Amino acid sequence: MADAPKSFQDIILRLQAYWAAQGCAVLQPYDMEVGAGTFHPATTLRSLGAAPWAAAYVQPSRRPTDGRYGDNPNRLQHYYQYQVIIKPSPPDLQDLYLGSLKAIGIDAARHDIRFVEDDWESPTLGAWGLGWEVWCDGMEVSQFTYFQQVGGHDCAPVSGELTYGLERLAMYVLGVDHVMDMPFNDPGAPIPLRYGDIFRQTEEEYSRWNFDTADTEMLLHHFMDAEAECLRILAHPAEDPKTGRRIVMAHPAYDQCIKASHLFNLLDARGVISVTERQAYIGRVRTLAKLCADAFVQTEAGGWAA
Amino acid sequence: MPDLLIELFSEEIPARMQARAASDLKALVTNGLVEAGLTYASAGAFATPRRLTLSVEGLSAESPTTREERKGPRTDAPDQALQGFLRSTGLTRDQLETRDDKKGQFWFARITRPGRPADDIVAELLDHTIRNFPWPKSMRWGAGSLRWVRPLHSILCILSAEDGAQIVPLTVEGITAGDTTRGHRFLSKGAIKVSGFNDYAAKLKKAHVILSPEDRASQIWHDATTMAFAQGLEVVEDKALLAEVAGLVEWPVVLLGEIDAEFLDLPPEVLQTSMREHQKFFSVRNPKTGRIEKFVTVANTETADHGATILAGNQKVLAARLSDAKFFWENDLRTVKEIGLEGMAKPLAEVTFHNKLGSQAERIARIEALAREIAPLVGAKPDLAAEAARIAKADLASEMVYEFPELQGIMGKYYAEAAGHDDGVPQACAEHYSPLGPSDEVPTAPVSVAVALADKIDMLTGFWAIDEKPTGSKDPFALRRAALGVIRLVLSNRLKLNLLSLTEEAMRWAMAAASPARGADPSLRELDDRVAIVHLIDFFHDRLKVYLRDLGIRHDVIDACLYDASADDKAAHAVNLVQVVKRAEALSETLKTDDGENLLQGFKRANNILTQAEEKDGVEYSYGADVKFAETDEERALFAALDAAEAKIAPAMKAEDFAAAMSAMADLRAPLDAFFEAVQINTDNSIIRRNRLNLLSRIRTLCLSVADLTRIEG
Repeated sequence: MADAPKSFQDIILRLQAYWAAQGCAVLQPYDMEVGAGTFHPATTLRSLGAAPWAAAYVQPSRRPTDGRYGDNPNRLQHYYQYQVIIKPSPPDLQDLYLGSLKAIGIDAARHDIRFVEDDWESPTLGAWGLGWEVWCDGMEVSQFTYFQQVGGHDCAPVSGELTYGLERLAMYVLGVDHVMDMPFNDPGAPIPLRYGDIFRQTEEEYSRWNFDTADTEMLLHHFMDAEAECLRILAHPAEDPKTGRRIVMAHPAYDQCIKASHLFNLLDARGVISVTERQAYIGRVRTLAKLCADAFVQTEAGGWAA
Repeated sequence: MPDLLIELFSEEIPARMQARAASDLKALVTNGLVEAGLTYASAGAFATPRRLTLSVEGLSAESPTTREERKGPRTDAPDQALQGFLRSTGLTRDQLETRDDKKGQFWFARITRPGRPADDIVAELLDHTIRNFPWPKSMRWGAGSLRWVRPLHSILCILSAEDGAQIVPLTVEGITAGDTTRGHRFLSKGAIKVSGFNDYAAKLKKAHVILSPEDRASQIWHDATTMAFAQGLEVVEDKALLAEVAGLVEWPVVLLGEIDAEFLDLPPEVLQTSMREHQKFFSVRNPKTGRIEKFVTVANTETADHGATILAGNQKVLAARLSDAKFFWENDLRTVKEIGLEGMAKPLAEVTFHNKLGSQAERIARIEALAREIAPLVGAKPDLAAEAARIAKADLASEMVYEFPELQGIMGKYYAEAAGHDDGVPQACAEHYSPLGPSDEVPTAPVSVAVALADKIDMLTGFWAIDEKPTGSKDPFALRRAALGVIRLVLSNRLKLNLLSLTEEAMRWAMAAASPARGADPSLRELDDRVAIVHLIDFFHDRLKVYLRDLGIRHDVIDACLYDASADDKAAHAVNLVQVVKRAEALSETLKTDDGENLLQGFKRANNILTQAEEKDGVEYSYGADVKFAETDEERALFAALDAAEAKIAPAMKAEDFAAAMSAMADLRAPLDAFFEAVQINTDNSIIRRNRLNLLSRIRTLCLSVADLTRIEG
C-alpha cells in the first residue's frame, strides 16, 4: 500500500485529520492525570444534557498497576488513547468508524473486522453503556459504546463513544512486536525516534515510583484532600457573591474527582488497599462523580436554562 | 393464503442473545396472530449477527367476522342500567331488540365485530412486539426513545401471495417498514429487494449471508474437521463455542492456524482456555499424543489473499496471549518449587471468603479438619485427605488462575504434581470442586471424595450459620449445587454416611467462624446449631427430592421413605441417603405392581377405620390383637399372614433388603382384601370390635415400619 502509515504519530495525525473531516472539534488532551480518555470532561460531562456535541482528542492515560519497567511488549503504565464522542450518536457511526480504520491503513477487504459484544461500565464514574469491542483479525482495536448513563444520569440523547488503544493499534498497523521498537516519527527523518527512545526510561522510573516508592501516607492525605475540596466546591450556592452571576463550579469540582480517582489508582498500585477497602474507595470516587454530574446539569452547557 | 416475512435489521446483536431472540420473535408474533383470529400453517425464525427474521407461511388473509349476543337489563329496569349496558356494548338504544322470557321482557344486543385484514393486524402486532421485545439488556441510541439490543436500522415486513408482495404499512419511531434488506457488511453493497422468504434467503446467500444459524454452525464444523483431518488432526469439540462463533459471523470462513512451538508444552487446558476465552478459537489436537497443536479460527469474510493476512494477525495475537500464559505458568512453577503449594497458598489468609465467615485460609483449615474426619468413612487415609485439602485451593493464589479463573483445580493438579505430591492428592486438587451439576462426573477416588465432601459441607454449614440460604431464584453462592454435589457423591459412591453426624461437627466450626458476625447481629445470635442443622437437613431432603424426581421417583414416594413415622426429632429423620434412595426405589417398584397398589388401598382403608375409631373412642388401639377372638376364617388367615410377614419384614429391614420387606408387605394384600370382604369391623360385640381394631393397628404398625404409606397419594 502506497500510503501505509509509517509511524505512531502518522497514525495519530491521520485519525485527527479523519475525525476533523467528519466535523468533530479536535480537542487537546486534558491537562490532568487520568486513567482513560473517558475521564476527559469533554466526554464525561459533555455526554450529559441535551446539547449536541462532537469532539475527538488524544488522551495520555495512566494505569500505575500496568507498569512493567518498559520490558513488556505491550503493557505500559502511561499510554495514549484516542477518543471520539458524538452526541446524539449518528445513525452511521459504525460506518464512520470503519472509515477511520481505513484512514490508518486497515482495509476491510483484507482484514476480518468484527463487532463483539462488550458492555462498558465504569464503577468509578457511575457510568455504563452497551456496545462492542471491535476486533481486527482477532485483536481488539477499539471500544465502541453507546452511553446509557453517566454519573447516575440517563443520557438523552445518547452519545456514541469510540476509544482506540493507540499503541496496540499502531503496533498492529506497523507490524511491530514490541512497543518500544515502534517508530514514533518517520523512520526516514533526520533524527528517527522510536517509542522506546521517548518512553522506556520513564516507564522504568514510574514503575519504580508507582510500585515501591510513592509515599502512601501522603497519597492518602491527597485523596482525602481532593475528596473534601470537591465536596466543598459543590456546597457553594450557585450565585457568585462577587459578580452576582450564576456560576456552578462543576468543572473545578470534577478536577478534584479526577485527582481522587488517580490517587486511588496509585494507592492500589502500592498494594495498600485491601479487597474490601477497594470497593469502598471506588464508591467514594463514584459519589464525587455523581455530584459533579448533578452540578454539570445545573450549568448552561449541561442544559440548565433560567 | 399469503406468507408473511419480517426482518429486523440492526447493528451487531450479541451472539449469546440471538437464539433466544429468534424464538421470542416467533412466539410473540405467532401468538399475537392467533389471538387476533388469524391462522397460519407454519413459522420459522432465524438470527444472524445483524438480523432477526421470521417467516410465517399460509397466513389467513383476514380475521373472521364474529357475532355475539348479549342479554341486558329488563326493559322496566331503571334507565341507569340501560345506559350502562349501552356503554358496555357500544351500541345505541335503537340498535337493541327486546325479547320476552319467563322473568319478563329484556333488552338484547347483537354485537358484530367485522374481521380485519392481515396487514392491519400484522402492523399493529409488529409495532407492539418491537416496542416490548424481551431483550435481556436493551439500549437507546441517537435522540430517539426506542429501545432495542443495539440500534435498529430497518424493518422489512411483507405479505406475499401469488400475485406479488405487498409491504405492510408500519412506522416505528421513524423507521418505516419496506421490502428491502442488506447483505454482508463488507462483501455486499446496496439494498436488496425481496418478494418472499425463498427469494429472501436465496438473495442473502448471494450477498454472502447464510441466514440459518444451524447452517452456519454445521458449515463451520464441517470445514474445520475436514481441514484438521487432512493433516491427521482432530478438532476438540466445543458446542457452546460453536454456537457462539456461528453468532459472530454471517459468512463463515474457516482458517487453520499454527501455534508457536514454544507454547506446545503448556498444559492442554491452558492452551484451550486461553484460545477459547480470548480468541474464540477451536483447539486442534493430535489424536496420537493428545497434544493441542493447532487452532481453528472463523473469519467473517473472504479476502483476495485467502485469509493469509487475517490468519497472520490472529497468530500474532495468539502468540502475545500465550506468552502471557507461559509467563504465568513458569512463574507459578517456580513458586511451587521454591515454597510448595502451602507457600503459594499463604496470601489466601488475606483473601476474604465472605465477610461474615472469615478468610479463604480459615475456610481451608476447616475443610482440612473435616476431610480428616470424613476420610475413614470413605476409605481414604486421613493424612492424605488432610494434605489434599490443605493444598487443593492453593492455585487460587496462582497467577494462572488469577488470569483464568475457570482453570481452578486443574492448575492445582499440575502444581501439586510439580511439587511432588502423589497418592491421589493432585487428582483431589483437580476433582474437589466436582460434581458441579446434575450431569457432571462424580469423583470416585477416596481422597477426592473426602475433600469434595468436606468442601461442600463447609460451604453449606457456613452459609447456614449466617442464615444466607438460597431463596426463590436467588442462590448467589450456588448452595443448591453444593447440596446436590453432596447427594451425588454419597449416592454414586454408595457411602454409608450419616448426614447428621457429618454436619454437626462442621456446623460447630462454621458457627465459631461466624462468631464475630453473630455477635454483632441479634437475629443471628438466636439461630443455634440445632436449628441450623434441622434447616440444613431439610434442605438436603428438598434437593434429594428434586434429584430423584428427575430420575422418575414420585415426590410422595420419597416422602414416605424420608420421614420415619416413629421419630420425633426432625433432624433424626433419614440421614442415610443411600438407604433412603434404596427404600424409595423399592417402594416405587412395589407400587407399580398390582399387589402393591391394592395393598396401599387396603392400608389406607385400615388406617381410616382405625383413625376414626380412635378419634371417636378417645383411645389408641395398640394392644395386641388376639387370634382367640377371631370369628371367621378370613380373620384367622390375616393373623397367620401377619405373623408370617412380621417374621420376614423385621430382619429384611434390618438387613436393608427393602425389596424383600416390600414384597412381604405386598403379600398381605390377598388376606387383607379377603378380611375386609368378609368381616365387619364395627360389630356390636365390643370385645370383638376392639380385637379387630387392634388387628388393624398391627397392620398399620407393620406397614409403617417399611415406609410411611400415609404420605402416598391416591
